[in-house]
Amino acid sequence: MKNVNLLLKLLLLVIVVILPLVIKAPYQLHIIILIFIWAIIGTSWNLLGGYAGQVSFGHAAFFGVGAYAAGLLQFHLGISPWWGMLLGPIAAVVVSLPIGVIAFRLRGPYFALAMLALGEIFRLLFINLPFTNGAKGILIMPAITTKMFYYYVGLAALLLTVGVTYYIIHSKIGYYLVSIREDQDAATSLGIPTTLYKNYALLPSAFFTGLAGALYMNYVAFIDPNIVFNLTNVSVMVIMVVMLGGVATTWGPTVGAAIYIVLGEVFRTTLGSANVLVFGVLVCLIILFLPNGIVGEIDMLRGVLARKKEGAAGGVKV
Amino acid sequence: MSLLEAKDITKKFGGLAAVSNLSFTVNKGEILGIIGPNGSGKTTVFNCISRFFPLTAGELYFKDKRIDQLPAHKICELGIGRTFQVVKPLRRMSVEENVMAGAFLRTSSMARARQKAGEIIEFCSLDKYRHREAKSLPIPLRKRLEIARALATEPELLLLDETCAGLNPKESEAAIELIQKIRDAGMTIIIVEHIMKVMMGISDRILAINFGKMIAFGNPQEVSNHPEVVKAYLGDAYA
Ligand SMILES: Nc1ncnc2c1ncn2[C@@H]1O[C@H](COP(=O)(O)OP(=O)(O)OP(=O)(O)O)[C@@H](O)[C@H]1O
Ligand SMILES: [Mg+2]
Repeated sequence: MKNVNLLLKLLLLVIVVILPLVIKAPYQLHIIILIFIWAIIGTSWNLLGGYAGQVSFGHAAFFGVGAYAAGLLQFHLGISPWWGMLLGPIAAVVVSLPIGVIAFRLRGPYFALAMLALGEIFRLLFINLPFTNGAKGILIMPAITTKMFYYYVGLAALLLTVGVTYYIIHSKIGYYLVSIREDQDAATSLGIPTTLYKNYALLPSAFFTGLAGALYMNYVAFIDPNIVFNLTNVSVMVIMVVMLGGVATTWGPTVGAAIYIVLGEVFRTTLGSANVLVFGVLVCLIILFLPNGIVGEIDMLRGVLARKKEGAAGGVKV
Repeated sequence: MSLLEAKDITKKFGGLAAVSNLSFTVNKGEILGIIGPNGSGKTTVFNCISRFFPLTAGELYFKDKRIDQLPAHKICELGIGRTFQVVKPLRRMSVEENVMAGAFLRTSSMARARQKAGEIIEFCSLDKYRHREAKSLPIPLRKRLEIARALATEPELLLLDETCAGLNPKESEAAIELIQKIRDAGMTIIIVEHIMKVMMGISDRILAINFGKMIAFGNPQEVSNHPEVVKAYLGDAYA
């Protein structure tokens, strides 16, 4: 069973790697690259919100800072925006630090609110600060324009994000994060320094969201504060993406991102401006009927089936 | 040698002194029982020792080291484990994962934590429920899980708050057996229970409190015959 599983995963990986050699249509590749970027944001949010239970309403702050780190390098200094792939994540971490240090000490919704404020503050700052080119945004001339290249960069970034998240979750840190989510008092009574460990979730989450931002800048080549620091289209959307796919699951955010991007495209072309509304309704339906998200429900179903099989032996597995 | 020493500890909630000027010691290897009517401050004493509440006044020493200024997670790291009267299971984690979360205090290795959790789960007779989600357990098993999880942090001193509350006589007996097994393994225990018979049987010494103040402290016989204790439990007519 385990071998079959591994084989399937390898097969899937091979398919994903050779896909752009088969599909050469730029539009399809474009869609997949957007899915990768959203999957990275979703996976990052999930580490903090899904596993550690620290819901953020402001991940656009990290996304936007990552994007601007790449864009401003080029805009002011003429340095290749690809350096932003390094600088963006670091800038996002720097931005996240004070929030983590201050808001995690307090119980209740303070962190969620602090993040909400952070996203909006950055949006306004970047519209008004002298060096950001304001609401006009930043346009760069990308040196590389083949979609296949961005496909592989996006894929590598996503695999790195999922890999690191998986590693964190399946280690002591992961157990501590989930314990904090389930009951902070119980976690404290087990000797877990809860503030510190919440930061252990926040920092990588900010890091990889910043990476997604830098990648977005490089790929789309145009950003402005209302796009990358957008509350509805980034901060809230990422929560919907994760809920759609499955909170606290490894691949849920990626599945959610795929559905979000593909449906978004379909709705946009068929429904015009009603697409946001329809997407919202869809998310509501999913939450009502599949409260664990798509990947979450599949896991659940598997658990039930495994239990049925083992039933006679009396062993109970979740 | 005393393992824990409380010197004049006081905890006030606004105007209410839930614990006031309480002093006591806990000797290594003993079971100290704390008794008192509802709302007399027993749980508050636990919350003060484990630093879930900061003291209003007084000092606490564990192995001669002052601990009342430390953060709660440090208290556990030093070797004081606790359970909660109102159980706090890590609901969506399995029994094994709950215990592993405790075991990670002393190891970072996944394999080691799982192995130790396995041993403790067996010690607490929870083997049958190892892979069950904590939220699906009935109360007696949740209470047991609470103890198992605390044990996994390798405490020298264990604070047990009403382990037998809500259990039927047979389940209580099993719980007491477990507590005795823990003591035999060399741990020091402070225990809070409402059933007098249980407390008399299991405790080496008993601290009786009312309105947060000490009314008697000594061996079970002395304390149970103490007029103040009789009064607190049965009313003035019996004193
Ligand atoms: N967090 C709190 N805030 C305010 N008052 C509190 C708090 N915790 C306890 N108290 C009060 O302190 C007093 C002692 O409560 P405590 O829970 O310690 O009693 P107890 O002896 O454990 O009672 P029981 O036998 O019912 O568990 C009570 O009057 C209670 O209302
Ligand atoms: Mg109590």
